[in-house]
Amino acid sequence: MFFDLIGAKSSKVENVIEYGAVKKFSDALNLPIHSLESVKEDSYSVIVPATFPATFDGGKIPNLNLPHEGLIHGEQNYYYNRPLSIGEKIYCWIEINDYKEKKGKLGDTGFLTQTMYGEDEDGQLIFSEERIVIISQKVREGIK
Amino acid sequence: MNQLYKLEKNDLLEPLNYGPVSRMDLIKYSGASGDYNPIHTIDQSAEEAGLPGIIAHGMWVMGSYLKIFYPYLDSHFIENYSIRFSNMVFINDIIYFTAKLTDIIDGHYIFELIALNQEEKQVLSGKIKLAPV
Repeated sequence: MFFDLIGAKSSKVENVIEYGAVKKFSDALNLPIHSLESVKEDSYSVIVPATFPATFDGGKIPNLNLPHEGLIHGEQNYYYNRPLSIGEKIYCWIEINDYKEKKGKLGDTGFLTQTMYGEDEDGQLIFSEERIVIISQKVREGIK
Repeated sequence: MNQLYKLEKNDLLEPLNYGPVSRMDLIKYSGASGDYNPIHTIDQSAEEAGLPGIIAHGMWVMGSYLKIFYPYLDSHFIENYSIRFSNMVFINDIIYFTAKLTDIIDGHYIFELIALNQEEKQVLSGKIKLAPV
C-alpha cells in the first residue's frame, strides 16, 4: 500500500522560527542557546539545534495513513547548507522517497523513507531531514 | 576562538555522562517537540505496546547528544548529522556521549558518534560533519 506513494509530496507550509520555541526545545535537551565559547565573548547569536526541524510542519501527504503506534524509528539524517536563524520563515514540504519490504522473522518488514525539505523565502534549500520508519507486517495489517 | 583546530585524527571530544534519564526529561521533550506518543511518558501505554517500560524518544537522544558539540558552534555549524538508532533508552539509564574525529577535509571536521548506555551497549551510531560558518 505504500509502494504507490513513492514520489508523493505535500504542499509547502510556512514555519517561523520563534525564539521562545527554540529556547524551550533547547532547555528540554539541556542545550545552551549559545555556543559555550561565544557566551564568554558576549556574542548574542542563538544556535537553533540541528534537530529543531522535528518541530516543523511539513504538511500532509494525501493518502498517507501512518498509524500513531507501532512504528519504529530506524534512522534520521540532517543535511544543512547553512544554519537556521531566529525569526526566519522556512517553507517546508515532505516527500516519500522510497519504500521497500524485506523478509524477516515476523513477516515482511516495511522501510519507509521520507524527507522534509526546508527552503527560504527566495526558494534556496536550507536543509533536508530524512527519516526511515520501520513498519512491521502486523502494524501494516492493522491499517488495512 | 575554540579549540577545534587543535584536534587531531582519532581524538575524542570531551565526554559527557548524561542522566539518569528521568520521566520529567521526556515530558519536557514531548511538550517542546510536540511528539506526544504516550509510550514515552505513560507506563501503561508502554506496557500495552509490549515494552518493558517507557522509552526515550529517539529524537530526545539525538538532540541531547548535540551538547558535546556546542563548544565548537561559534566557528562551525552542523552540516550533516546522520544516525541509526540501535538500542532503546529507558528511564534511569545513564548515557555516555563522546565522538571520535575521523577526518578533516578542507576545514570540515567529521566525527564518528559514540553513545553508550550503562551496560556499554550502543544506543545510536552515525556521524556528524562540522563545516566552517
